[in-house]
Amino acid sequence: MKFTATRTFVAAAILGMSAFAASAQDFSPENPECIAPANPGGGWDFTCRQVGKSLQDLGLIDSTMQVVNLAGGGGGVAYAEVVNKRNDDNDLIVAASSATATRLAQGAYPGNTMEQVRWLASIGADYGVIAVAADSEIETLPQLLDAIKNDPTSTSVAGGSAVGGWDHLKVLIAANAYGIDDVRSVKYIAFDGGGEAVTQLLAGSVQAFTGDISEAKGFVDSGDIKVLAVLSPERLDGEFADFPTAKEQGVDAIGANWRGFYAPGGMSDEAYDAWVSAIGDLYASDEWKEIMANNGLAPLDLQGDEFQSFVADSVAQIQQISKEIGIIN
Amino acid sequence: MDTFASLADGFAIALTWQNLALALLGCFLGTIMGALPGLGPSNGVAILIPLAFTLGLGATPSLILLTSVYYGAMYGGRISSILLNIPGDEPAMMTCLDGHPMALKGQPGEALSLSGIASFVGAFFATWGLILLAPQLVKIALLFGPAEYFALFTLAFMTLGGVSSTNQAKSAFAAALGLGLATIGVDTQTGVPRFTFGEVHLYDGLDFLVAIVGLFALSEVFIFLENRHGGSDADATKIKIGKLYPPMSMIKQTTPTMLRTSVLGFLAGVLPGAGASLGSFISYSMEKRLVDKEGTFGKGDPRGVAAPEAGNNAAAGGALVPMLALGVPGSGTTAVLLAVLLSLNITPGPLLFTQNPDVVWGLIAALFIANFMLLALNIPMVGIFTRVLMIPSRVLMPIVAMVSFVGIYGISGSSFDLLVMIGFGVMGWVLRKLDVPLVPVILGTLLGNSMENNLRRAISIDNGDWFTLIDTPLALTLWAIGIIGFIIPLFIGGKVKKQMHEKRDEEGSISD
Repeated sequence: MKFTATRTFVAAAILGMSAFAASAQDFSPENPECIAPANPGGGWDFTCRQVGKSLQDLGLIDSTMQVVNLAGGGGGVAYAEVVNKRNDDNDLIVAASSATATRLAQGAYPGNTMEQVRWLASIGADYGVIAVAADSEIETLPQLLDAIKNDPTSTSVAGGSAVGGWDHLKVLIAANAYGIDDVRSVKYIAFDGGGEAVTQLLAGSVQAFTGDISEAKGFVDSGDIKVLAVLSPERLDGEFADFPTAKEQGVDAIGANWRGFYAPGGMSDEAYDAWVSAIGDLYASDEWKEIMANNGLAPLDLQGDEFQSFVADSVAQIQQISKEIGIIN
Repeated sequence: MDTFASLADGFAIALTWQNLALALLGCFLGTIMGALPGLGPSNGVAILIPLAFTLGLGATPSLILLTSVYYGAMYGGRISSILLNIPGDEPAMMTCLDGHPMALKGQPGEALSLSGIASFVGAFFATWGLILLAPQLVKIALLFGPAEYFALFTLAFMTLGGVSSTNQAKSAFAAALGLGLATIGVDTQTGVPRFTFGEVHLYDGLDFLVAIVGLFALSEVFIFLENRHGGSDADATKIKIGKLYPPMSMIKQTTPTMLRTSVLGFLAGVLPGAGASLGSFISYSMEKRLVDKEGTFGKGDPRGVAAPEAGNNAAAGGALVPMLALGVPGSGTTAVLLAVLLSLNITPGPLLFTQNPDVVWGLIAALFIANFMLLALNIPMVGIFTRVLMIPSRVLMPIVAMVSFVGIYGISGSSFDLLVMIGFGVMGWVLRKLDVPLVPVILGTLLGNSMENNLRRAISIDNGDWFTLIDTPLALTLWAIGIIGFIIPLFIGGKVKKQMHEKRDEEGSISD
C-alpha cells in the first residue's frame, strides 16, 4: 500500500512539473522514454539522464524524459526487449555506446543484429587513454609497449570492462599497431569499472591502465597518474591538449568510445526525423558543449544516416579485430 | 580549526527552509523505501533522481534530498527485518537474526527503537569519520589490492560458521550453494558465459535483490500457505506488542557494541568493493565472537540487533569516502550518487574537496541533519510500525507477496526476474524445511563474484604464483584473523554449541 502511495506521489510530482508547451515540430513524443540498458550509475544511465535533462532544459521535448533502467546481458536484455516487444514505439530511445557495437560485433546479443534497430545520433565520444602511475619509470607509449613486447608477464594492464570488452580491445589495437604479433599475450586484468581499475593502478597492483579519458581526468588533475597516450586522431582541445596522441608517437591506433542512441526498428520516419533533429539541436547548443567539456567528451557529430553507417563501420572493424585475437571465430 | 569552519559554512548552506523540507521528504520516503522488500537504497535514490531534476534543484539541494533518501533507506531496512523476518534490503539481512526473535518474544517496539538508536550512532560516527579522516582514509583503500580483497572475503566466510546455524555443516552447505549460484553469468576474466544456457537475462548473473526477496519473503508466504489451517495464524495474533522503548539498562548494555561495530562498519564501507552488506555482516559475526558468552545471539539478543544496524549505517557513511575522494563508488547507491554528481557537472575525485568545498561540506552538514531527523522520525513511529504485527497473517501474507512481485518487476521491468524470484522462493522453502540457514546463501551470491574475481586477478597479476596471496603484511594479518576466528570456536565453542542446540530443539523454530 505504501509502495503504491510512493509511486503515485512520484508520478504525480513528475506529471505536475511537466508543462505541455506548444511545439513547432510535426511529431513530438508525448511520453518520451529513454532506456538505459544498465543499472543506475553507469555510462548509459548518464547518457539517458543527462540528455533527458538537457533536452527538457532547452525545450526540445515538452515533458520530462522518463529514464528506465533495463539492465542485463551487457545491454542485451534491453536490445531484445526493444526488438521483440517495443518495435514500433515512437516515444522510445535507447542509450548505446561502443560497448553496444562491440557486443553486436561479437554476437554477444544472441539472435540480434545491428540492422534490427534504427541508429539515431551520437552525442560525443570518449577517447581511450593508456596511462601509468605518476611515479612509473615509463614515460611514453612505445616504452610501455616495448616492455610488453619483451616480457608480456612483466606488465599487467587493468581496465574496467570484461575480457573482450572495449577497454581490452583498445590496448590490443595499440599493441597490434606497434607490431606485437600475438596480442593475446598482453596481460589484461578485468575490474568492475574504470574507477576500480584506476584505484588498483594507484595501489600499485597493476602497471598500466586502459580506459576512457573521463575516467582518468580527475586523477590526472591531482597528479596521481600520467597519460601516456590518448587514442584520438589528433590532439584534443582545452585542458586535454597536453596529452600526446598514440599517432604522434608512431603507434597508429585510434579508439573512441562513442556515445549515442538507437531507436526501435519500426519507428515512423516522422518520429525518427524529429528525434534526430532534437538530438542534433541539443548537440549544437552551447549548454551541451559545456557538458561535453566538463565530462571529457570529445566531438563526434553524427546524425541519422551518417551515424547509421558509422555504427556499421565500427561493428565491422571490431569484428575484424575480434577475429584476429581469437575472441570470435 | 579549518575543518570546523568549513563545517559551519556547510551548515549555513544546508540550513534553509527549502533544504530542511527536502531532507524531511527524503528521510520519510527513504525510510518507506528501505522498509519495502525489494526497494533498497540504490533504487530509492534512482527513483527520486527525476524528481530532483524536475524540481530544478541545484547541486547541494539535490544531494541533500538524495542522501537523505540514502540514509533513510539504511534506517528503514531494519523495520521489515524485525517485524516480518524479511530484510528490506541486503544490509538489513543480519538484523533479521536477532531482531525477529526479539519481536516474537514480545519486544518488537524495543527492537525497533534500539535498532533506530544503533543506526543513529553508526551514522553519526561515520559522518564524523568522513569529516576528520576522509583524506587519510583514502590511503587505506589503496592498501587493498586483489590479494587483500580476497583475504578479506575469505575472512568473512571463515567467521560465518557461528553466525546463523547451530549446524556448521549446514552453514557450509548454504555458503557453498551461494558461491555456486554466484558463478552464473559472463565471467569477466575470460569473457565466457557460464551456466547461462543462452539466456541473455542470465549474462549479468543473478541479481541478489531478486534472490533475497525470493528466499526470504516468498518462502515466508509458502510456509504460511502450508500452515494456513495450522498454528501460524494463531501465533501471529498472540504476539504482544509490549513496551515501545528500551529501558536504559538495555541501551547501556549495547553501547560498547554500537561503538565497536560503528568503527568496523565504517572501515568496511571505506573499501570500495566491500560495502554495507559486508559491514553489517562482519559487525555481527565479530560481535558474536566477542561477547556472546551465553549463546543468546540468534535468540533475540539486543546486542545482535544493535551490532548489524550500527555496522551497516556506519558503512553507508564510510562508502561516501571513496566516492567523494576517489570518484570510485563503494556500493550500488554511491554509484548512483556519483552519476548524479556527474550530471550536475561536479567531478568527484582527489580534487573535489578543494574545488567544490561548498558541495562537500553542504553534503556533510546534510548528513548530520538527515541523521537527527531520522532519529526524530523513527522513534515516535515505532508505535505505528509495530501495528504491522497485529495484522493477521492471512491479510499480511498476500500483501507481502504483492509487494515482492511489484517491487522486483518495478526495478527490472522483466518478467524473467519474477520467475527467478519464484525459483528462489521454492528453494528458500525447501532450505527452511531442511533447517539450512538462508543468510549464508545470500552472502555466497553477494560476495562470491568479487571473491572469485579478486582471487583470479591476484593470481594472474603474479603469473600464476599462489604465494602472492600471502605476500603483504596486510594480507597476512587478514588471514591470521580469519584463521583464529575459524579455529578458536572449534576448541572453546563446543560446550556452548551443545547448549544452544538443546534450546533450539525445544523451540523447534524454522526461522534462522
